[in-house]
Order: sequence, then C-alpha cells, then structure tokens
Amino acid sequence: MDFIRNLPFFSIVLSLFSGPLSSILGGKWAKRVNSVVIGLCGAMSVAVLWYVCRTGEAFVYTMGHFPAPWGNEIRAGILEALMAVIFCAIMLLCMLGGAREREVEIEASRQNLYYIMVDLLLCSLLALIYTNDLFTAYVFVEINTISACGLIMIRRNGRTIEAAARYMIMSLLGSGLLLLGLCFLYDLTGHLLMSHIRESVHALVAGGMYQRPLLVAICLMCVGLAIKSALFPFHNWLPDAYGYSTVSSAAILSSLVSKGYIFLLVKIFCRVIGFDVFRGSKVIHVLFVFGIAGMIMGSVDAIREKDIRRMIAYSSVAQIGYIYMGFGLGTMEGVIASIYHVICHAATKSLLFVAASGITDASGGSRYFKDLNGAGRRNTLAGIAFTVGSLSMVGVPMFAGFISKLFFSQAAVGHEIKMLPTLIALAISTVLNAVYFMKTVIRIYSPVKITDLEEKHTERGEPEKGMGKVIRPPEGYKEITIWQQPAKAASMILFILLNILLGLNSEPLIGLIERGLRMFS
Amino acid sequence: MSRKVSREQYEKTISYRLKSWLEGSRDLYVGNLEMRPQSPRQEDEDTRRQHREDQKKVRARVYDTEHNREVLLFKKVYRIFSLLFCVLLVSMLLIGVADLPPFGEADKPVNNEVSQRYIEKGLQETGAVNIVTGMILDYRAFDTLGESHVLFIATCTVLILLRTDGKEGESGREESNDRAYEPKNDVILQTAARLLVPFIIIFGIYVILCGHLGPGGGFSGGAVIGAGLILYVSAFGFEKAERFFTGATYKWMSFGALACYCLSKTYSFYTGANHIESVIPLGTPGAILSSGLILLLNICVGVVVAGTMYTFYVMFRKGGY
Repeated sequence: MDFIRNLPFFSIVLSLFSGPLSSILGGKWAKRVNSVVIGLCGAMSVAVLWYVCRTGEAFVYTMGHFPAPWGNEIRAGILEALMAVIFCAIMLLCMLGGAREREVEIEASRQNLYYIMVDLLLCSLLALIYTNDLFTAYVFVEINTISACGLIMIRRNGRTIEAAARYMIMSLLGSGLLLLGLCFLYDLTGHLLMSHIRESVHALVAGGMYQRPLLVAICLMCVGLAIKSALFPFHNWLPDAYGYSTVSSAAILSSLVSKGYIFLLVKIFCRVIGFDVFRGSKVIHVLFVFGIAGMIMGSVDAIREKDIRRMIAYSSVAQIGYIYMGFGLGTMEGVIASIYHVICHAATKSLLFVAASGITDASGGSRYFKDLNGAGRRNTLAGIAFTVGSLSMVGVPMFAGFISKLFFSQAAVGHEIKMLPTLIALAISTVLNAVYFMKTVIRIYSPVKITDLEEKHTERGEPEKGMGKVIRPPEGYKEITIWQQPAKAASMILFILLNILLGLNSEPLIGLIERGLRMFS
Repeated sequence: MSRKVSREQYEKTISYRLKSWLEGSRDLYVGNLEMRPQSPRQEDEDTRRQHREDQKKVRARVYDTEHNREVLLFKKVYRIFSLLFCVLLVSMLLIGVADLPPFGEADKPVNNEVSQRYIEKGLQETGAVNIVTGMILDYRAFDTLGESHVLFIATCTVLILLRTDGKEGESGREESNDRAYEPKNDVILQTAARLLVPFIIIFGIYVILCGHLGPGGGFSGGAVIGAGLILYVSAFGFEKAERFFTGATYKWMSFGALACYCLSKTYSFYTGANHIESVIPLGTPGAILSSGLILLLNICVGVVVAGTMYTFYVMFRKGGY
C-alpha cells in the first residue's frame, strides 16, 4: 500500500491530538501549534488530492485490524480531498484574518482554550469529510457542535452567551433528529457503513419493503442537518451567533461549520441513500421550496438590518437557501452547482467578515451603517475587499458568485417544472442581494457626514463666508494602512485572489467536483 | 487652461459626478434621498415632561402583557400550534416505528453478518470476555476515540463559560461563593464520606480494571470515581481536595490519558491498515492483563470521565480550582 494512503488518517489524528496538547500549552504556543497543524493538514490533503487524481479512483482505509462492516473505515476520493484542501485553506485564512481581534477580545487565560476549539473543529470537519461510517459521522457532529458553541461564547459578553445558548438548543435538536434518523436506518438495514447501507436500501426499494420508515428516516436526517446548517425556517440562531462572536469565529462558523453539515448531507444523499432513491422521495420538493423561501427571506431580513455584521450573517441564510435549492432540483447538475456554491460561499463569506472587521476598525468600532461613511477610504484594502466580496455575492462576472449562479440557472433549465420558479427566485434574490450589498458599498465610499461645525469668526464677529468650516470626523475614525494590520491584510489579499481565481478559472474545479461525484456512486 | 466645455456644463456630466464621488466630495445620499433638512428641535421643560409621561404611559400599555390582546391571542395560537405540531410529529414517528421490522424476529435486517461476527468471534479476536467492551474499544475504537474527545471538549467549553480566573479580589469571591452559606464541617456528612469514599473509589477502579472481563468499563467506572470525588469535596471542602486535585492535575491527567489513547490507537490503526503484524499480545482471555490495548484504553477513558465529572462539579460550584 502506498504510504500516501495514510495521510487522511494522519491529518485527522494530528488535529485530534493537537487539541489536548494545546490544553497544557500557553496561548502563544497553542496558536503556533494551531497554525502548523492547519497548514500540515492542508498540505496532506493536497497530497491526497494529487494522489486520487492520478490514480483516478477512491481508496478506503481500514481503521484497525478489522475490515469494514466490523471495524471503522475512512474513504478518500477526489471530492473528499478537494473539500479538505479548501476547508484547511479557508480556516487558515480565517485564523490569520482575525488574529488581532482574538488578542483583544479573548482573555489571556482563555487563549489556549480557543485554539483547542479550533483544532478539534478542524478534526471533526476532516472526519466528517473522510468518514465512510454513519455513526462515526454522528460522533464528530457532536464534537463539531460543542466546539462551535465554544467559538461563539469565548468572547464573553451577554450577547454571545445568549447566542451560544440558542445555537446549542437548535443544534442539539438537529443532532437528535439526525440520530433518530440513523437509528431508523440502522434498524432497516443492519449496517452503519455507507456503502453497505446503500446496497440494503436499494434492495428494500426494489422489493417495496419498509417504504414508510425509510421515508421517515430520510426526512429526519434531512431536517436534522437542515437545522444545523440554518436552512430558512430554522435560521433564527444564526444572526446573533455570527454577528457578535469574534471575527475569526464568525468567519469559520459561516464558511466551514455549516458547510461541513451540508457536505455530510451530500454524502448521505449520494453514498448512503443513493441519489435515485433520494430523487424518488418527496423530500427534495420540500428542500426546494424552503431553499427558495430562504433565498428571498434571508435577503429581505438582511435589507432590514442596521448592523453590518448581522447583515452579512443574514446573507448567509440566503446563500444556504441557494445550496438547498440546488439539492432540491434533484439533478446531478444541481448538486454540482450546490457544491460549487458551498466552496464559493465559503471563500466569499469569510472574506466579507474579515473585511467588515477592517471597516469597523476604521470607524471607531461601530458596526452601524450610519457610522460607516467613508470607511472604505480610511481603510483602503478593507474597502476593496468588501467591494470584491459584495460583487461576488451579488453575482457580477469575474467573481466566484457569478459562476455559481450561472451553474444554478443551467441546472434549472434542464428541469421541466422547477425551471421557472428557480429562475424567478434567482432573479429576485440577485436584485435583493444587490440592494443590500451595494447599499453598503456606496455607504463606505460616501464622504463623512459633517457632524461638528466650527465656524471661524472674522474680526467683526460675523461668521466668515464659504471657507473656515472645519470638518471634525466623529470619534474613533482613523486611517488604517496595510502595514498596521499585516496579518489581516495578507488574509484579505489572499481571499480576494481566491475569489477572482474561482470566478475566472472555474473549469478545473467543476471538473474535479464532477469526477468526485462520479466516484461517490 | 483650455477647456472644450465650460465649467457649468462639465459639472453636469456623468464623468464629473463619478469623479467627485470617487474623490469623496459628493455624497450620493445627499440631495437624492433626504429632501429636506430637519429643523432643530425646540422644546421647553413642559413639553419635555409631557413627552416623558406619555412615553411612560405608552410603555405601560405596550408592556402590559397580561391585558394585551395581541399577546394573549398569540400565546393561545402558539400553544395550539405547538400542540398540533407535537401531535403531528409524534404520529409521524409512530407510523414510522409501526412499520419497522418487529422486535425479536430472527430474520430482522439487524441480525446479519456484522453482529454474528461480533458474537461468535469477538472473544478470540479482541481477547475481551465482555463483547461490548471489545466492540467499542477494539472493533470500533475510532468512534470511542471521538467520544472521549467529546468529553474533553465539553469540559473546555465549561471552562470557557464558568472559570473565574480569580480576577475578583479574594474576599469578594468568598462572599459570592456559596460555600459561605453551607454548613461547614457537617459531622454526619463527614463520617459518612469517610466510610464511603474509599469504597466508592476502589469500586470505581475495579469497574475500570475489569471492564474487559465483566460489565463495566471506562465510562461507568470513571463516573463512579467522579461521584466519589464529588462526595469527598462536598464533605471536606475545597482546601483538602486541592491537596491532591487542582486545575493543573486535571490538565495533565486529561492530556496524559487522551495522548495515551490517541498514540496507542494510532499505532494500532496504522499497523492494521498497512497489514503489519501488531506487537501487542492478546493474552489469555479472562486474565486481568489480557485483551491487548483494551485495558489501557479503559483506564484512559476512566481517567477522562472522572476528571470531567469532577471538573463540571467544581466549575458549577466555585468557578475554579
């Protein structure tokens, strides 16, 4: 066996081990360990991606001395390796972008706890990506949930603790439903290994047996994961959780945590239940309807928001809606578009969170739109980054968002009934996206409001005409150059490049996703 | 300066407007959105007082939830809908369960080659007399590795939420501490604890060490030890408990246990996947030192569980060691 086949397992164990290791280290060392671990995991995933692309087939790795249905097993194909690479890269950039805020907002004695959370979050994401066993997936979903709660509330103020409590309740409800679904499925098939379950499910469907419990199981798993990834009616934990936590937490939560669950859902569709059975069930129509509702309602909520961070958070609801809408189309093209959108949204949303923190830094820490005038001028790079992110979200050509919208509409055109609603919803959602993102972009490039006028008086005591008015910017406004915040600047530049790369050169990525999905079945 | 168009004409062009917006001298909102600047508000003391009283009245009306019709209606509708929702969900689940394969039937899908091998070959393959322990710590050890890290990360989250770090002055902490209101040196409790704690802890150790031979294992034994520690600290107070168990103890203990689990299992996974013969002997089934890594893993899990339980208790009661 090639040594390279060990790498998925090594990356999981390395990130798992670094969690307890960080608990005995101080904050500084824990941070270094964390960066090294994320980097190493990314490098190993790149190697795995290269290997599976070269051999052209997925491989399984037995965890222990017992083969698959008895022992545990992980599996690496193109799609798994690709997601691992992207997740590691984005997590590294998120950690880089929020480094300064973490120093300020997290107490020194709790710094190392933060890195434990991130290490174990990375581990759970990698395990969710690579696992070939449904119960292993559930165990790591638990780790994912708890570490996400820790990430939210480590910036200790009332808001985050309330948000974490809300997140905890909703997320545990989702986990519970997922577990119930797994129990149903286990009782029907007698297996926990994904490929074996699919064989049994196909046999059950072919024989027409146990149709109702099977449908209930599919529903429970879909609803559980939809709650955890904040599909529209279950989204009310989201704005507080993303809006008030520290920047790198918000970026990681929005771009990675919810995407991990979505990837698990893709695995359940394609590898556990089988895409044909899933398409045959009525559940996809429900996902489609709620996806479309989310696309519109999320944007409407975002327009109403007065706080830039919460606005970006609500925009996530809309984007999650896009992804579920793509699943709901029930075609392979729809799933490909959704997976591409997962990647594109992960790259864009974390860019927006980091850029928004740069913008608020230049405006005295205020996050309300009324204080943001001219912030894009005071912090040039953050302004550019926010503009790029907004253009990508709206779907302007050259940026990542355009490609995913293009793929969504192409996928929709192939469908008889769902074509019209999809295209209309895409159009409305694009307009709504443009309303709130362009509003913000115009705002950050508008001149500062004159708040304090001091009239110079002439010698005769009359106000001097024309000149002499002194513009005093409000408290806390300051110019921020790239060199003052090098880490954040580097993270924003890399994110911008990633977005443009995704927008200009999407063909290879789409090719990889297609090949990966073919490997799934 | 030579211009082709005059200044006035130039200022009307789009390019000039774009340029001025880029330079920051023109606000797109001004003159487009708000049509009229507001005149400064002028109020005297009377109207201000009147205003305040009005606000108070409005607030009393709005927040008077007991008599607010909309709120009452909403509560009623909410209750009815939640009831309906629960009935729907329960009936859906019941219908699903009713169609499941009947319990205890021989040809149920669950009775397949997976459980058959666990039952028939479990003893000779894992060396554990207790098949359940063999399953969770050998066949499916990766899941249990994840599960013990769930406990670890739960403790870390509780530390984030509740650890006080002794920032407030010592005296202030003592007052807010509920220890001050508890009966100190309770004779009955202390006598009972003196009798019980040694037995509880020894029993816990027994449950952990014999987890591969009979009912028990790391999770249950660790919980027993944790309960013993909690009884000890409630009877004798933190000063005595801190002689042998502090935050640093927990830190090193959990790190040691998890690292031990992680590294030993990494070795076993690596050798298993690469088809290398593992050097760990299985021993004679039934002996204490048998069943390969299972005994070691049980001890690790037990240590983590005991530390987690005790830390939860201490954090909720005092917020620090």
